[in-house]
Amino acid sequence: MTSPASPSVTRNVPDRLQSSFTRGVRSWEMLLLVVLVLVFSANSFASPYFLNVWNLSDATFNFTEKAMIAFAMAMLIIAGEIDLSVASIIALASTAMGLAMTAGADTPMIVAAGIATGVACGAVNGVFVAGFGLPSIVVTIGTMSLFRGISFIILGDQAYTNYPKSLAFFGQGYVYWVFSFELLLFVLAAIAFYILLHRTSFGRSVYAIGNNATAAQFAGLRVVRIRFILFLLTGLMSGIAAVCLTSRLGSTRPSIATGMELEIVTMVVLGGVNILGGSGRILGVVLAALIMGCVTFGFGLLNVPGIVMSIFLGLLLISVIAIPRLLAHKFKRA
Amino acid sequence: MTRLFKSREALLALVIVLMTALIAWRFPAFIAPANLASVFNDTAPLMILALGQMIVILTKCIDLSVTATLALAGMAAALMNGAGVPLPVILLAVVVLGAVLGAVNGLLVWKVGIPSIVVTLGTMTIYRGVIFLLTDGKWVNAHEMTDGFKALPRAVLVGLPVMSWIAVVLIAVFAVVLNRTSLGRAFFAVGGNPHAAVYAGINVGRTQFAAFVISGALAGLAGYLWIARYAVAYVDVASGFELNVIAACVIGGISIAGGVGSVSGVILGAIFLGVIANALPVIGISPFWQMAISGSAIIIAVAFNASQSRVKGRIILKQADA
Repeated sequence: MTSPASPSVTRNVPDRLQSSFTRGVRSWEMLLLVVLVLVFSANSFASPYFLNVWNLSDATFNFTEKAMIAFAMAMLIIAGEIDLSVASIIALASTAMGLAMTAGADTPMIVAAGIATGVACGAVNGVFVAGFGLPSIVVTIGTMSLFRGISFIILGDQAYTNYPKSLAFFGQGYVYWVFSFELLLFVLAAIAFYILLHRTSFGRSVYAIGNNATAAQFAGLRVVRIRFILFLLTGLMSGIAAVCLTSRLGSTRPSIATGMELEIVTMVVLGGVNILGGSGRILGVVLAALIMGCVTFGFGLLNVPGIVMSIFLGLLLISVIAIPRLLAHKFKRA
Repeated sequence: MTRLFKSREALLALVIVLMTALIAWRFPAFIAPANLASVFNDTAPLMILALGQMIVILTKCIDLSVTATLALAGMAAALMNGAGVPLPVILLAVVVLGAVLGAVNGLLVWKVGIPSIVVTLGTMTIYRGVIFLLTDGKWVNAHEMTDGFKALPRAVLVGLPVMSWIAVVLIAVFAVVLNRTSLGRAFFAVGGNPHAAVYAGINVGRTQFAAFVISGALAGLAGYLWIARYAVAYVDVASGFELNVIAACVIGGISIAGGVGSVSGVILGAIFLGVIANALPVIGISPFWQMAISGSAIIIAVAFNASQSRVKGRIILKQADA
């Protein structure tokens, strides 16, 4: 979406000239870690209620669902695509869960309905973007309207509320002591996506496509299929997030998760993923998720209204991209 | 003649006429001149915003913050009205405020080189957040606005309300500027082939900046019209409407890759959505269908756009590091 005439984008080209230690210290992840420690300590000074295991455990719900989607979104953005329909997929998947419940399905079937709807939505995006070669930003703006629109058609101004008690485990259950089921899912998803992106040939091909899709095609990568799989994965993670969110809230309204796509894209970009594709790491996204969770929770304890938090997130999104670029400019001139 | 039939504008116009005829067949009152005029008037804010969005998209950018700008300028207008500022000053102020908000987007895109989708995704929440900071989340209701403030967009001049006339004038101005001035052609050149534009002596970044400023100024003006017409201002005014604006552009044949589009296409795209929005209640379909219909329209339109523009020129000269 930017003009190619603007300053050329630095790509994350592997180079062995620096020792792995200096690279580690200078990396984006290190910066995020410092920010995380700062935010964390600022919060513990600002409110006496922050350093409480149960409060911190509650705080994880601020980011677990978003982060699960953010991992898949990170891969999609690294491959040079984007999916703005994720929050609408949650709405439609949650509506499907409600429909399944009304039809008398038991908990496993309700969960299956949510996840299957997520995957189906991902497939729709994938068919249009990968299959027909349409720009992902317009397609997913379209499906963002379409998916939530279908929820509105089904539900109107109504809501599904009478979910079975056993469904509550997914969003409210604890596996061990203060560790919630959602936190476990978050950790598992982080590990799975870390392996997929950084330790498999599939992950390498995602970077290749993001850097130069034509070259990747000529190198024999199945670009269309990989793009399609990435949209499926994003749909799958949105479906899982929909199950968690529905279970946590215990209800479905068509307006559920409105605006969440913004927070997810912010998380991914804050995590150091290049919005133009080609570079980024899962560890960065994990740290970004923790920072955003910490900030939201800290602001919440200080009674800061949600919309002020979103101003902060907007500023954060712009400044994390702007500051390194402005600094790079300055050093070039000096 | 064959060119006319193949043109996308003619096709879209045909679809709109057929759709209207179909509705009129069951509900003749729909095509009464007064009703058609009111459909046009209802669609006026969408047209104004879509014209601004169009030039931004022409330059390969996107502006997701238009409706946030609209809401902020509209709230500013309502607050100024409450403070007793005269109407002409308010009108000037909303346009300037909108242009400034657009300039913020434009500068971040031009000088800092951040992709426009990230910039406007960020400013869209920031601008709405600022409304909250200004008002503490309170609403400005009809009884807190002066009659003159509310009356202007509805005042009827030669058969049409002022709001419609503003849209008509802007359509005319845009048609002339885009086709007959160097700035207008620069928007197309920058989006069509940025490298070629640089060689032709066009400053790509500055042209994109200009597009954002114009889009912001139009959103500011639309902000006053919107608030005055609906006589209420609050944080979430027109929230989500930016998707309709982009939909009008895409349906009207503006290529999201930049450089392709026409004023008539965008206006027809807006009218298409306007007819649907106004027809749904008439034919007894729940307004909850609106969102899914515009979503489908976007997808169909972009698929159609892509199939129309398969044959493309090749770039022979590579990257111009100018």
